[in-house]
Amino acid sequence: MRMGFVAEEIRVGFRRNFTMTIAVIVTIAASLALFGAGLMVRAQVSTMKDYWYDKVQLSIFLCGDNSQVPSCSGGAVTPAQRTAIKADLLAQAPLVEAVFYESKKQAYQRFVKQFANSAIVQNVSASALPESFRVKLSDPSQYSVIQSQFAGRPGVEQVQDQRKLLDKFFKLLSGLQTVALGIALAMLLVTVLLVVNTMRVAAFSRRREIGIMRLVGASNWYVRLPFIAEAAVSAFFGATLAGGVLVAIKHFGIDQRLAPEYQFTTFIGWNALWQIIPVVYIVGIGIAVASSALSLRRYLRV
Amino acid sequence: MIKLEGVSKTYASGAHPALQDISLDIEKGEFVFLVGSSGSGKSTLLRMMLKEERPTTGTIYVAGKDLNKLQSWKLPALRRGIGTVFQDFRLLPNKTVEQNIAFALEVIGRPRAHVKKVVPEVIELVGLEGKEKRYPDELAGGEQQRVAVARAFVNRPPLLLADEPTGNLDPTTAVGIMKLLDRINRTGTTVVMATHDSNIVDQMRKRVIQLHHGEMVRDQARGVYGYLT
Ligand SMILES: Nc1ncnc2c1ncn2[C@@H]1O[C@H](COP(=O)(O)OP(=O)(O)OP(=O)(O)O)[C@@H](O)[C@H]1O
Ligand SMILES: [Mg+2]
Repeated sequence: MRMGFVAEEIRVGFRRNFTMTIAVIVTIAASLALFGAGLMVRAQVSTMKDYWYDKVQLSIFLCGDNSQVPSCSGGAVTPAQRTAIKADLLAQAPLVEAVFYESKKQAYQRFVKQFANSAIVQNVSASALPESFRVKLSDPSQYSVIQSQFAGRPGVEQVQDQRKLLDKFFKLLSGLQTVALGIALAMLLVTVLLVVNTMRVAAFSRRREIGIMRLVGASNWYVRLPFIAEAAVSAFFGATLAGGVLVAIKHFGIDQRLAPEYQFTTFIGWNALWQIIPVVYIVGIGIAVASSALSLRRYLRV
Repeated sequence: MIKLEGVSKTYASGAHPALQDISLDIEKGEFVFLVGSSGSGKSTLLRMMLKEERPTTGTIYVAGKDLNKLQSWKLPALRRGIGTVFQDFRLLPNKTVEQNIAFALEVIGRPRAHVKKVVPEVIELVGLEGKEKRYPDELAGGEQQRVAVARAFVNRPPLLLADEPTGNLDPTTAVGIMKLLDRINRTGTTVVMATHDSNIVDQMRKRVIQLHHGEMVRDQARGVYGYLT
């Protein structure tokens, strides 16, 4: 293989098909950016899952002054009940790994912090939020054991599986991810069609060269390589643009806007991005190479 | 070099067969004229020797290989051993004389040093010294055909197929090209040339194969053109 010769052919090909090449690069960039964004949402979901599942698994809310449920008929939880509940929880080791107590005041502070930018804070008074035990289980699926033991017990207003609440939120996020990946898939299909078409036009504009190459006995790879390499180079530029978009989303969108605003949760780190961007490159270049190789088959049949 | 056994060809769109039951033998180093009126099947025969077309029935051997059985990945190797020249030159307009010739070597992966060495040699052989940097549209028809012959011969193929190489040239220029092909033939290269040029055939006194409506009607050792057009 004469690489210098192939490189020259690619350069000529780019110049000949400049507008088409730009169209291919932009389309590849847009579809790969969407694809990468979908992967980012997915990474975000799993990061949040790790974070939250690790933090809270089960909350036992204690009776307040205004609790309506029967187990709270005796009014707010007494210090004795509170101590007994904690002791019974700790007795459930090793299923119960840790127990954290959160007072009304702590609950309010956490709430204010979480919704710092929301008007909701002004409508909630410090005493409105219940005190609770936050329980960490060694096996979160054993939730019902604790549920059956503590629900309905005097002083306990409610036993809540936090994972269930979070799951709703995660469903929303994975819906978002599905939509992003779905659009990305459609875009990638458009990319394939565009690459196929561009390659046909390029092959047509070089039909004299191809005819001579075949006549003098150039191997199929020699004929194909300039086209495939051209598509791969376009895809490389497209993937680089898409990678830039993803970096911008991470830097400006997540780090500078979302993260300061929603401090109660974590966001994907740069290492997640360094895993996604190579995937974007591989998918982009892979699709471009495959579709160009496919579109040239007809031109190279002997 | 070339052997045909009972070769017939009917194009999918053609009502009549383009070639019918052709059997012939061309030895290494021979010079063969292929004559016959327009549509008699000369180009079809040459294209089949290149495996650009397949025979409907019959067998073709080129350089000892049965083309029907030749795997498609071996086709480039076959074609590297066959030079081709056409009536319409088929040069690349955006490449100079030397680039056009070098192209044939570059696309089969010959090293740069080899290309640099043999291209000037073949330019000298066809008599185009001093015109290496010209583009095809800056050359006369005869000179363009010399470039095409140089490109066909630069890889020193044992077989050269020429389809009406003088068809677009005036008689004097045509003689020049003929002399060139004759010189190439003297180096040991087998030459098969389809032509309508009776003067040339009569002058050269080489083997003549005549086709008529796809049938071989004459195979004469030191023949003449032999019929009026
Ligand atoms: N690709 C094709 N498809 C269908 N029919 C074809 C094709 N090529 C040639 N033919 C037919 O085959 C017959 C032989 O054609 P061919 O081109 O071999 O003749 P030829 O002897 O080279 O003629 P000329 O001297 O005009 O070049 C003709 O009847 C022609 O119409
Ligand atoms: Mg013809």
